[in-house]
Amino acid sequence: MWIYALKRLIGAVPTLLILLSLAFFLVRAAPGGPFDTDRALPPEIEANLRAKYHLDEPLWQQYFRYLWEVAHGDLGPSFQYRDYTVNELIASGFPISLRLGALAMLVAFVFGTVAGMLAALYRNGWVDYTVMSLAMTGISVPNFVVAPLLVLIFAINLHWLPAGGYGGGAWQNLILPVIALALPHVAYISRLMRGSMIEVLNSPYIRTARAKGLPRRVILLRHAFLPAIVPIVSYLGPAFAAIITGSVVIEQIFGIPGIGRYFVQGAINRDYTLVLGVVVFYGILVIIMNLVVDLMYAWMDPRVRL
Amino acid sequence: MSAAPPGRMEVEQELEDVRQGLWLDAWRRLRANRATVVSLGVLGVVILLVLFGPWLSRYSVAFTDWDHISMAPSLASGHWFGTDYVGRDLFVRTLAGGRISLAIGIAATGVSLLVGISYGAMAGFMGGRIDNIMMRVVDILYALPFMFFVILLMVVFGRNIILVFVAIGAVNWLDMARIVRGQTLSLKQREFIEAARASGVSSITIVRRHIIPNLLGVVVIYVTLTIPQVILVESFLGFLGLGVQEPNASWGALINDGAQEMETAPWMLIFPALFLGLTLFCFNFIGDGLRDALDPKDL
Repeated sequence: MWIYALKRLIGAVPTLLILLSLAFFLVRAAPGGPFDTDRALPPEIEANLRAKYHLDEPLWQQYFRYLWEVAHGDLGPSFQYRDYTVNELIASGFPISLRLGALAMLVAFVFGTVAGMLAALYRNGWVDYTVMSLAMTGISVPNFVVAPLLVLIFAINLHWLPAGGYGGGAWQNLILPVIALALPHVAYISRLMRGSMIEVLNSPYIRTARAKGLPRRVILLRHAFLPAIVPIVSYLGPAFAAIITGSVVIEQIFGIPGIGRYFVQGAINRDYTLVLGVVVFYGILVIIMNLVVDLMYAWMDPRVRL
Repeated sequence: MSAAPPGRMEVEQELEDVRQGLWLDAWRRLRANRATVVSLGVLGVVILLVLFGPWLSRYSVAFTDWDHISMAPSLASGHWFGTDYVGRDLFVRTLAGGRISLAIGIAATGVSLLVGISYGAMAGFMGGRIDNIMMRVVDILYALPFMFFVILLMVVFGRNIILVFVAIGAVNWLDMARIVRGQTLSLKQREFIEAARASGVSSITIVRRHIIPNLLGVVVIYVTLTIPQVILVESFLGFLGLGVQEPNASWGALINDGAQEMETAPWMLIFPALFLGLTLFCFNFIGDGLRDALDPKDL
């Protein structure tokens, strides 16, 4: 197990390096410098600015400086929000994004597994068909469509919930964004769960358990549930990445001041350092999360360690 | 008169039947799947509408009808889906947006197909060390959060339709490469490949003539599942305002416009959303159906 973990950890290093290099050189290859404004700056000022941000050094020196800074957790200044560093912007947005994402993940996991289990138990019955067509809808309709529709129905027409804003994290403000964010993953997880549950229920040891006369509830919860959720654990890595990506849109739609919002603003304003910072931050997060999921998977299913 | 031995023609016909067997079987299974058949029909209608629909209306994509601004759908004015906040006809815009979305979906899938198949087939066929290295590269790239890179690309190089689909296609080939490699590995062991090799056929020809045609089943399934994914990614970019340039707008961009006006003009949201949802829905159902039809082992 430890050797496997170590191998995976070492395997993540090149990914991380590629992530940083790609991001860095992409932004450097961008046409137009960060200080291009409508008004031409006096050359001395521009030279000073360039010196301040180390843009006057050779590229390879900038690159290593950048790696060094990232390694020390410094993502540099924001070019648009002049008074803030990217770190400060991320620090202010991340707790909010994290809360949203974690809630969505939880909702997706709970509802997805339960729905998938029900579909597997009542296979080819109406429960199964209902769950599976709902799941297909959830997969097909993207969250940037679901979110405005939810707002249209529950906020504008029914006035049950606020149409947007964070409201300091009040639960009313969180319901719609969390649903919109979780929906596609509820769908995926329920499909995965249905498939794996059917497979598990057909396996010999379940037949043995049934032959022993164990009650259905015990068979399901004690014997079938854990093996059935193994494939779902492996889905959690991609799901995490997708929820992060999704939150960019959801935060934009609901006006929630998380990282995603800064990211979109940065993209529109061409705030290279901010966009780069968020990509790097999220990239590292996704890589770490994939690592955690892989380890979890290996721990749950000893066969993958081979 | 005794039965004549089968002539050359008949033998060839028989061989043809065997060759067609897999696809005929698959087609039969596919037709039995009602959801897939309906999806094929609906998708056909959507594609026809998208291709020819814009010519039915008397308005063009960029035409602004100042007399009918943010007007609800009506037959009388010829704005069948209504108009947006500057009076552009939504029927035409939605269908023209569909052209862009579908074109990008198909083109990007093509790119990922080309790269993925050649890469995967090569890795699987070469095997050993080369395969190991090639697949390590895929693993490493796989762990990158690509959506962010696509956004970064758009931010840095501006909105450019070709870049959109190259970026998406370049990202999507990883799955294809993995699937194709796995299939190739198992195909490689088969006798007919050995026979080809024994008769001195070069590696590249074996891959091209014997391996790739046998991968077609998996590839077809994958294509129907990739196209909606690409459309989704493109709409996502469009929604963020990073897609194609105005006055053209893909479905994502239209949905974004609609979402901003939905309190006053819900039709601006509903029609593009409906088309996008329906298209993705159909593609997913067809992909599912094809998987069951071509790969019936889990039935």
